[in-house]
Amino acid sequence: MSVSPDASERLRFRDPAQAHRLAAVLARTVAEALAATGSERLAVMHVCGSHEQAIAKFGLRSLVPAALDVIMGPGCPVCVTDMPEIDEAVALADHGITVATYGDMYRVRGSGRSLADAHAEGAPVEVVYSVSQAVELARTSGREVAFFACGFETTAVTTAAALIGGVPANFSVLSAHKYVLPAMEVVAQLPESRIAAFLAAGHAATITGSAIFEPFAERYGIPVVVAGFEPLDVLAALVRAVEAIRDRDARVFNLYPRCVTSAGNVPAQARLWEVFECETGGWRGIASVPAGNIRLRETWRAHDARYRFAHVRPRGAAALAPDACICGTIMIGRAGPVDCSLFKTKCTPQDPVGACMVSSEGTCRIWHEYGGLPVLQSTR
Amino acid sequence: MCLGVPGLVVAVEGNVATVDFWGVRKQVLLDVVDAAVAPGDYVLNHVGFAIRRIPAGEARATLELYEQMLRDMPEDLMALDVRGEIAATEGPR
Repeated sequence: MSVSPDASERLRFRDPAQAHRLAAVLARTVAEALAATGSERLAVMHVCGSHEQAIAKFGLRSLVPAALDVIMGPGCPVCVTDMPEIDEAVALADHGITVATYGDMYRVRGSGRSLADAHAEGAPVEVVYSVSQAVELARTSGREVAFFACGFETTAVTTAAALIGGVPANFSVLSAHKYVLPAMEVVAQLPESRIAAFLAAGHAATITGSAIFEPFAERYGIPVVVAGFEPLDVLAALVRAVEAIRDRDARVFNLYPRCVTSAGNVPAQARLWEVFECETGGWRGIASVPAGNIRLRETWRAHDARYRFAHVRPRGAAALAPDACICGTIMIGRAGPVDCSLFKTKCTPQDPVGACMVSSEGTCRIWHEYGGLPVLQSTR
Repeated sequence: MCLGVPGLVVAVEGNVATVDFWGVRKQVLLDVVDAAVAPGDYVLNHVGFAIRRIPAGEARATLELYEQMLRDMPEDLMALDVRGEIAATEGPR
């Protein structure tokens, strides 16, 4: 479904003149960067579902020169949750343990079923908006409640804060939290990667700070621009990224200073790492990501569902995702939704095949909603 | 899940703030916010927690996108994510 003409009437930049100025600067800068690097095309990757929402919703690709590809990478935490992680959650629910999780995760299939499937068959599953609601559910029901926790570091911080704040003995966490920086490294290391710059997600960087990207930028020679979510924020960040490509200036640039500092939210980081540590593990579509999974430390095992219910094992894996589903390739930015034969035909938000069509931050779900093609919808 | 939503602090009691989101008042936890907050401050919120005090004078630019979305496209995918974030906070108590 594309945005209706009626909606596009109302979807204006709050400052269209500035948007067009930025677009003109972007066009000139892309031409200069192509000449400076001797390339025919440039690719900038962002790693945030909210960025893709803003880009698609406001038709920003229509303001981007044809030689610049703006690609979404592994920026949807629900989408990169590995099938065995979902199988663990489904097994807990099948075992009669109440599984609480975010709505985005509810319908994503593991190697066989989703939590929604288990729920339909009578297993106890609850959708919550926050970890606090899951803790409250444990407190009021007295039942064993396992919170199937997903999300990047911004969300993991809230899970950590809830545990530190005190939870009842019948509350535990099944962590599928992910740490986005290691996945950027995996993408940067892919053979023949043509990603020349990254946009970093503003709200994750609110927690981690922008300085955390400095070793990455230096090691891979790839500039990183921290970007906000306003259409103008995204355009300005693209201009800065292409300038850095042109100048071979592989540093970190913070274009979202109203929400991101160099050091980030230090007290939040302290809580995050008091509870969690990074482990190497699988991401859907990307295989194993070194230090990419955020897991509970040993000191929190009393509330770690993996240890508390170590006797509960997922059933043998059923059929894997259909061969035709290319979610994995889309999540590393090597294909777009329109390259998938299932997109909008066999795979829809009502009956999704792959994880990218389930979550509101999945590339396919977003393109299904907004069109995703470079149609100018937001400026006149 | 990557989204934070700004709101205006109207009261603080212990580690809980009452925050106004476009006329809807909700309780937000202050366990992980980066600085002490007081009534009149704007905070950025994610799944029921304040994660940043937005510097005075910068809140306006942060609010624009959300105001436009909530006003113009109430059933839009991105607007629904914003509503989900607001729903993640507790009701008044």
